[in-house]
Amino acid sequence: MTVSPETRELLTALMAEYAMAIDEDRLEDWVELFTEDCDYRVVTRENVEQGLPNVLMWCDNKDMLRDRVDSYRHVNVYNPHYDRHVLGPLRFTGEKDGAWTFDVSYSLFQTTLEGESRLFSVGRYRIEARLEGDAARLKTVTVIADTGLVPSLLATPI
Amino acid sequence: MKPDIAWPRNDYSRVPFWLHHDEDIYALEMERIFRGPAWSYLCLEAEIPNPCDFRTTWVGDTPVIVSRAKDGVIHAFVNRCSHRGAMIVRELRGNAERLVCLYHRWCYSNAGELTGLPFRKGLKGEGGMPEDFDMKAVSPQRLKVANCHGMLFGTFSDRAETIEAYLGEFGIGMVRRFLSRPVRILGYSRQRIAGNWKLYAENLRDTYHASLLHEFFVTYGVDRATQKGGVKMDARHRHNMNHAYAGSDSQEEAKAAYADTAARLDRMQLRDKKLLNYKNEFPDGMNLAAPTFFPNALLIQINNTLGTRQIRPKGPGAHEVFQTLFGYVDDDEAMTRHRLISANLVGPAGFVSMEDGEAIEVIQKATRSSPEGCEVIEMGGRGPVADQAHRVTEAPIRGFWSYWAELMGVEPAGGIR
Repeated sequence: MTVSPETRELLTALMAEYAMAIDEDRLEDWVELFTEDCDYRVVTRENVEQGLPNVLMWCDNKDMLRDRVDSYRHVNVYNPHYDRHVLGPLRFTGEKDGAWTFDVSYSLFQTTLEGESRLFSVGRYRIEARLEGDAARLKTVTVIADTGLVPSLLATPI
Repeated sequence: MKPDIAWPRNDYSRVPFWLHHDEDIYALEMERIFRGPAWSYLCLEAEIPNPCDFRTTWVGDTPVIVSRAKDGVIHAFVNRCSHRGAMIVRELRGNAERLVCLYHRWCYSNAGELTGLPFRKGLKGEGGMPEDFDMKAVSPQRLKVANCHGMLFGTFSDRAETIEAYLGEFGIGMVRRFLSRPVRILGYSRQRIAGNWKLYAENLRDTYHASLLHEFFVTYGVDRATQKGGVKMDARHRHNMNHAYAGSDSQEEAKAAYADTAARLDRMQLRDKKLLNYKNEFPDGMNLAAPTFFPNALLIQINNTLGTRQIRPKGPGAHEVFQTLFGYVDDDEAMTRHRLISANLVGPAGFVSMEDGEAIEVIQKATRSSPEGCEVIEMGGRGPVADQAHRVTEAPIRGFWSYWAELMGVEPAGGIR
């Protein structure tokens, strides 16, 4: 499909910031990339392929994302680690009324405080992003993880 | 083989760390517990509703096929070809009249009987199997299957008690409570924890940790030790149920009790409170129930999130927690959505469960270098194990170890049961 260079660049930059915000532990900035009526969920390929609706995480609006982040900051304890996302190129699948849909593959590595890295998750994002003037925001992010067997635990978002 | 375990005490209030690290202990557990007279949880009947449905599962580290034959009877047998030992079924699930090994196309019925193999009589009078080759005699090992209100259990041992005796009135009643209506499977989650499987089994029997490790519980008032609840075991103390009643304590009571912890009872509020909505759907009024059955099963209710968990040991240093989330067939769309939103609480990313993985892994890391060290298990008392109508206890952990020691043949002199 035809996508203007400007749109492609804008949405590519949005995804780059998405990944970097998580990797740099700027989760509050990550939340701000979403629209108020957003939908963020993490599902696994095993469930998707069986037509099962189970979620590992599901925030059906931005307040739920804020609650997740607050909880990580103040309530939950989890494995101390660094995240590192490596994203593939955007594959555009549609556009309607200024909302673009596209898929992006990801690899997510985790590194312990002692410097040991491991592959934590691979999969793809199914994204719906809205263009609002010169800015773009995320309306829907569905993480479809090939890695259904979560190593240790899943705290910080994918 | 009889491992030499120097139990410091006969009430299991001290448990040697090395039992979580030792290869020989692990091998013996697979033999005497998982292939012994314990009943292991296999899967839910709702996962194989139709004739010829099958799914794969694990009993200890043995791969197992659970299947429903054409006549509706449920079978379970080892997923290992009689010929050269290949895994017969490699899919997670499916529907097939015959199960065929990929290697030499040996064929099995839904009941796990070897029914045919290519070139059995040779070709043009040459080759083939000996005339007297007995297919039945080499068929894969079968498990005895028990269907308890739709929860399927299996055992390899002829010596096993009946499932009624094994789970006891207590256990059977719990399964009935969870599976009283036809079940709809919502999906699966898996988590691989780098720690011994018994650390997870202990965790399930430890109400003491719940509101301390999982601070989310306390902060948002889902579960506090000040709530009415307790631990309830079967007569042999091998199974246990942690439970609590919604809204059975006051904010003041809780604040006083948690004053010396880091808990933030008043300081945090959820912006979207639907996460914690609870629609009572059980006559007993419990919002938290976690009956766990030796050796590998858990039924879990946290508010309206319902599921089973199966512990799959993966060597002494790792295990998988396989969770099956379910609702009921008569749930409407809104209820299914509510259950899925509540699922944020449980599983590998659960607000009130993610910490377990970390706690277990740091135990495994830190105890390896201390073969002489022991766990200290005295919260809730020493000596005989009994039910308790409070939640500041870890006595069911000692119950777990007493049955573990019995099956392993390693009880100390005068060991409690």
